[in-house]
Amino acid sequence: MADFLVFENVSKHFGTTRAADNVSLSIRKGEFFSLLGPSGCGKTTLLRILAGFEQPDNGRVMLDGEDISALPPHRRKVNTIFQNYALFPHLTVWENIAFGLRISKCPRQELEAEVERMLRLIQMEDQAHKRPDMISGGQKQRVAIARALINKPQVLLLDEPLAALDLKLRQRMLIELDLIHDEVGITFLYVTHDQGEAMSLSDRIAVMDRGRIEQIGAPAEIYEAPRSSFVAAFIGDTNFFEGEVADVVENEYCRLKIEGFPDVLCFNDKQIGKGNLVYLSIRPEKFIISREEPVVDGRHNKMRAHVEDVIYLGTHTKYWVRIQDYRIAVFRQHSRFLLDEKPIRWHEDVWLTWHADDGFMLERYSESDERLTNLPPQKVGENNLEDKDRDPS
Amino acid sequence: MKIASRKKVNEWLVTAPSLFWLVFLFLVPTLIVFAIAFKPSDLYGGIGAGWTLETLRSLGNPNYPIIIWRTLYLSILTTAACIVLATPVGYCLARTGQRWRQVLLLLVIVPFWTSFLIRIFAWKTLLHPEGMIKKSLVFLHLISPEASLLYNAWAVWLVMVYTFLPFAILPIYAAAEKFDFRLLEAAQDLGARRWQSLLYIFLPGIRRGLWTAILVVLIPALGSYVIPDIVGGPNGEMLGNKIAQRVFVDRNLPHASGLSALLILAVLLPLLAVLVLQNKKGRAAPLIEEDA
Repeated sequence: MADFLVFENVSKHFGTTRAADNVSLSIRKGEFFSLLGPSGCGKTTLLRILAGFEQPDNGRVMLDGEDISALPPHRRKVNTIFQNYALFPHLTVWENIAFGLRISKCPRQELEAEVERMLRLIQMEDQAHKRPDMISGGQKQRVAIARALINKPQVLLLDEPLAALDLKLRQRMLIELDLIHDEVGITFLYVTHDQGEAMSLSDRIAVMDRGRIEQIGAPAEIYEAPRSSFVAAFIGDTNFFEGEVADVVENEYCRLKIEGFPDVLCFNDKQIGKGNLVYLSIRPEKFIISREEPVVDGRHNKMRAHVEDVIYLGTHTKYWVRIQDYRIAVFRQHSRFLLDEKPIRWHEDVWLTWHADDGFMLERYSESDERLTNLPPQKVGENNLEDKDRDPS
Repeated sequence: MKIASRKKVNEWLVTAPSLFWLVFLFLVPTLIVFAIAFKPSDLYGGIGAGWTLETLRSLGNPNYPIIIWRTLYLSILTTAACIVLATPVGYCLARTGQRWRQVLLLLVIVPFWTSFLIRIFAWKTLLHPEGMIKKSLVFLHLISPEASLLYNAWAVWLVMVYTFLPFAILPIYAAAEKFDFRLLEAAQDLGARRWQSLLYIFLPGIRRGLWTAILVVLIPALGSYVIPDIVGGPNGEMLGNKIAQRVFVDRNLPHASGLSALLILAVLLPLLAVLVLQNKKGRAAPLIEEDA
């Protein structure tokens, strides 16, 4: 499929910071594409370059085969939903939505019909004559969407559009955004620091850090096969272990030496050679935690661990277990509730088992990885609130 | 009940000082001025007994329409020029970095440290036939050597614009400083050119600042007395000069009151009109107060 929206080697500096560092990216027509990264990673800069508010130092932006790098914002067929919505406070909802068509001197009858159609789309016909300060956050959000869509943009840019909403409303707006995307069928470029939003909405995600794109892929691909330790730590929870490749077993597997551990068998699709220093990343839900020694085949790793903390979370329980210097997060689903089952408690010694394919080896290659080694793993998003107050590190 | 009545009392207590100020130092004197206009004058410059329409009749003096007309157009043109100049200044001030902004604001305020009179005399020197401006303009062949820059309506206009400009800049800057400039980006994103975003989004966004600026320039401009007195000459006289003449030269207080009442009405009526119009539009917006 021909690429619809292309960033070609785009760079942008602000003083000494590199907001975009030789970014190349191509987005397909009709795709829901997310730029995901921590604040300051350059995702908003890319968006502003596309909208025309910033000029790239290098590189160009192509939209539908046309180089739009030099066009002023009002000549670009892209529209933005701003983080604070940026509704015009002196205009009513109706006038806000009509703004784009009024500027383009749209005939009156067509304009009225279009505005009414948009009001129906966002289900706010009865609020049309209120001013922005009289409607709620979610309604403002919908007006911002309608105001952008009425111009029939080729790409809709969304700059952290849900950041200002509370959790419940955010969940509802997620569904609405998804429905609107299905209905209008245009390309969405969505900028967020919230992995949950990006995962649930996107066809593809680009994870960014320090002005560079770390990985591009479908949500499952990024979660299950992170290509760098940054991606592994940023998307979801994970545990990192510092190891060294001791020897290669067959082609696909290797043995890892980790301080204080028996040798660990690990999947080695990247064919990392003997003697290399690596991080081993294992997601908390990939572990099996049990009181009795499980019977498993040779592809599993199995070791003793000590339970330090148990956090019951309804859908699952989170265990903090210790092996030597490592504090490891483990999730366990509650598949059944059995009254007579004796749950694993504090200070018990347990077995920790995982399949060799569930561990990912990531090369230690950049200084930015330093901050990832501190356990427990870091994560951005609301879900890590639950153990912040329990864990002093 | 009790709480409600206490609330009432509190309201009155809080309002009392400003109410007192308004009634005794504004409303009553204004009414006295209106009243004196219907009194006869006596020979010694005082106010005679009884009531008369003499003053009202004498306002028909054929000199007055010219002066009233001049007062009106000079004030309105002064206000217009101040707004036109102050709006871009306010916009730039609000968009300048914090440190430079302090310096620029200081530059706006610095003239106040010199006496108003001295600054007007400075203008007189500048515009004088032997002054710098006149000489340079003649040198550049922009005006003929016979033309006079001083003692006409345009000299008054120029000096009034100079004098009142800071009063227009400050409220406009205050409003622009609160303006969310991201709205301009939003407008451009929706297809507006730069000037369209300024016209349709920025100006309505600072409208309260604009109204305040219009009022604080227009009202004192209508009552100007010193500026036309020093740089105006007989062709630049304004109503304020006539009022002063009636008091100091003719010693005719009722006549001065009549002219003053006329001026007060000229200020109040447009103000009321604006208030009524704004209320009709359903936004009972106070004119001076900045919105939250």
